[in-house]
Amino acid sequence: MKLRLLSLYPDQMNIYADRGNILFLQHRCEWRGIQFEVTRCGPGESFNPDDFDLLYMGGGQDRDQKAVAKDLNQTKQEAMKVAKEDGAAILAVCGGYQLLGESYELEGETIEGLGLVDLKTVREPGPRLIGPVAIEVNLDGNPNALADGEAKVLAGFENHGGRTRLGPDTAPLGKVIHGHGNNGQDGFEGVRQDNLIGTYLHGPLLPKNAWLADHLIATALEHHHGERPELEPLEDSLEDAAHQAALTAARNG
Amino acid sequence: MIRAKAAFARSVGRLSRATGKGGGTTLPGRILLKLDKDAISKLGEDLTGGSTLISATNGKTTTASMLATILDGVGRHPVHNRAGSNMTWGVATALLEQKGTEGLFEVDEAWLPEVADRLKPETILLGNLFRDQLDRYGETETLADAWAALAARRSGDTAFVLNADDPLIADIGNSSGSGTTYFGIEDVSQALPELQHAHDAKLCRVCGHELTYDRAFVGHLGHYHCEGCGMRRPAPDLSATRISLKGMSGVKATIVSPEGESELRLPLPGLYNLYNALGALATARQMGVPVVEAVRSLSGMKAVFGRVERIEIGETSLSILLIKNPAGANEVIRTLALEPAPIDLWVALNDRIADGRDVSWIWDADFEMLAERVGKITCTGTRAAEMALRLKYAGWPLERINLIEDPEAALDRALATSEGQLFAMPTYTALLDLRNLLAEKGDAGRYWEA
Repeated sequence: MKLRLLSLYPDQMNIYADRGNILFLQHRCEWRGIQFEVTRCGPGESFNPDDFDLLYMGGGQDRDQKAVAKDLNQTKQEAMKVAKEDGAAILAVCGGYQLLGESYELEGETIEGLGLVDLKTVREPGPRLIGPVAIEVNLDGNPNALADGEAKVLAGFENHGGRTRLGPDTAPLGKVIHGHGNNGQDGFEGVRQDNLIGTYLHGPLLPKNAWLADHLIATALEHHHGERPELEPLEDSLEDAAHQAALTAARNG
Repeated sequence: MIRAKAAFARSVGRLSRATGKGGGTTLPGRILLKLDKDAISKLGEDLTGGSTLISATNGKTTTASMLATILDGVGRHPVHNRAGSNMTWGVATALLEQKGTEGLFEVDEAWLPEVADRLKPETILLGNLFRDQLDRYGETETLADAWAALAARRSGDTAFVLNADDPLIADIGNSSGSGTTYFGIEDVSQALPELQHAHDAKLCRVCGHELTYDRAFVGHLGHYHCEGCGMRRPAPDLSATRISLKGMSGVKATIVSPEGESELRLPLPGLYNLYNALGALATARQMGVPVVEAVRSLSGMKAVFGRVERIEIGETSLSILLIKNPAGANEVIRTLALEPAPIDLWVALNDRIADGRDVSWIWDADFEMLAERVGKITCTGTRAAEMALRLKYAGWPLERINLIEDPEAALDRALATSEGQLFAMPTYTALLDLRNLLAEKGDAGRYWEA
């Protein structure tokens, strides 16, 4: 089996050690004998959506994010749409998450997003939303429930000036248990549509949440091979301990 | 008025120490600033010889200590916040408790503009900007903007000493006016084989075009230019060449300046400490100390608390290397990689406010470089588990990684199992914890007595 990952703007959108996510996925695939292939795709480069099963985009500084937004729409928008419709797994984090939506308004300027999902982000007056965060994923009644049907917890860290609001028919990734989430008001965090996930839990969120990493691996392999594989369990005691510690940090605020 | 307030604040500090409450380091300054927000300006007026401020993401305490050593060598003893407390209250405390005619202060990156506006220093040394505790400081670009604005305000009144090799710092020279001097590394044989993951200066500050690197020495510090607007790294006024790294025992280099060449034997390891030394030497030169004398003093200096410190505990020699962000950690890793294997480690990751609550950064540091060389590893601290996990995914042998959250139990275990040499890599508050643990064991003085 083989997983083909596309790393979008690895040199621009990597502010919170986003490479930790890719490293984590890579080892978990290789330990299971799954071939793992990373392709980097930067400014000015295009990609063929048929060639990838998992797309990753991280967070960046404001200046990098603006340049990336423009480049995304110029060179990758169509391929991103096709990848999403075709069921490739997409994980976009922090600044990358904001760019999935319609637009990001900040300081009198509007950055145009990819428009893959119905959401908008606005930099409103008020402090940045910073701190440890935990969310419950797969709410009852969520039409886009995870395949294995159980509520799970994601723990991590958020640090964003933008407030994101979802359109009326758009489902969040989860419900905030501790922390701020999309906008610090409505109690929801992230977005989830088909196999696309956007979240403010930034940087290396997968190492703190091995179950999500494995969910993405299974989804990506299903995309490539047409069948959802049963992943071999790994020895995850440190992974579980890191998840618990992140959760404790979120609980303590 | 300020005299009476100062006297009151001083006496509270003495009382706090006398009652053994500890941490009296900055209490007097905190009280004074409550009584008078402008106390730093007022007390600063006594510094008739002017003051020097030092800021950087990495190396503030070491660089300030180097400069103090150099000044000591020529009989100058500035008021200096040497305990490393570098917010306004740390500066105020030093001003309250020490006498002198000139000031030497390391200042926290975010507090630098405020302290500089109040103290109106003669000289400001800016060493580097790396991504660090984004939850506290925000983006490096934002700090660079604030520093450039400060430089424009102080242009003509303050001499800026800038690291030519950091494009975020060198760009400040466009705002700081004449009287700005630069330092850097010229020895191209010291370049990294490739740019590191934690790379913080990708775009030209002048035109926004992507920077081109001919080589990098530490993180994004190196020789760069912009193909968009023609911006180039400024030629350094003081530089190091013919560099030879001697592992933990130090660095040898030739220092080149308009005064000629002199041979530096720095007893601190790594190119990052050489950068600190260059900053201190260039600033000392700005302050009127001949380079050859400054180099002689630096060649005889000792490490400061937690910045490469060696302590003997029974049969074990413990070396302490602070880690707090990817660039700094990478330099520590690079230095350790020169040590004989197997390397026994006590790694402590905390997520308290002074460490940065966000521990994401450990995934940006290149722990992979030590995978083949490590011996026994003990991970501790409030986020010990994530540290251990990081090392597992860096390819460190899982069976040699011990996870013990309590720092004391972890230290005892690491000491008991070490082969005579143990390296401690703590984050900032873990370093304070370690220092207190060692004090209880009678091995190191409490830091505020230092």
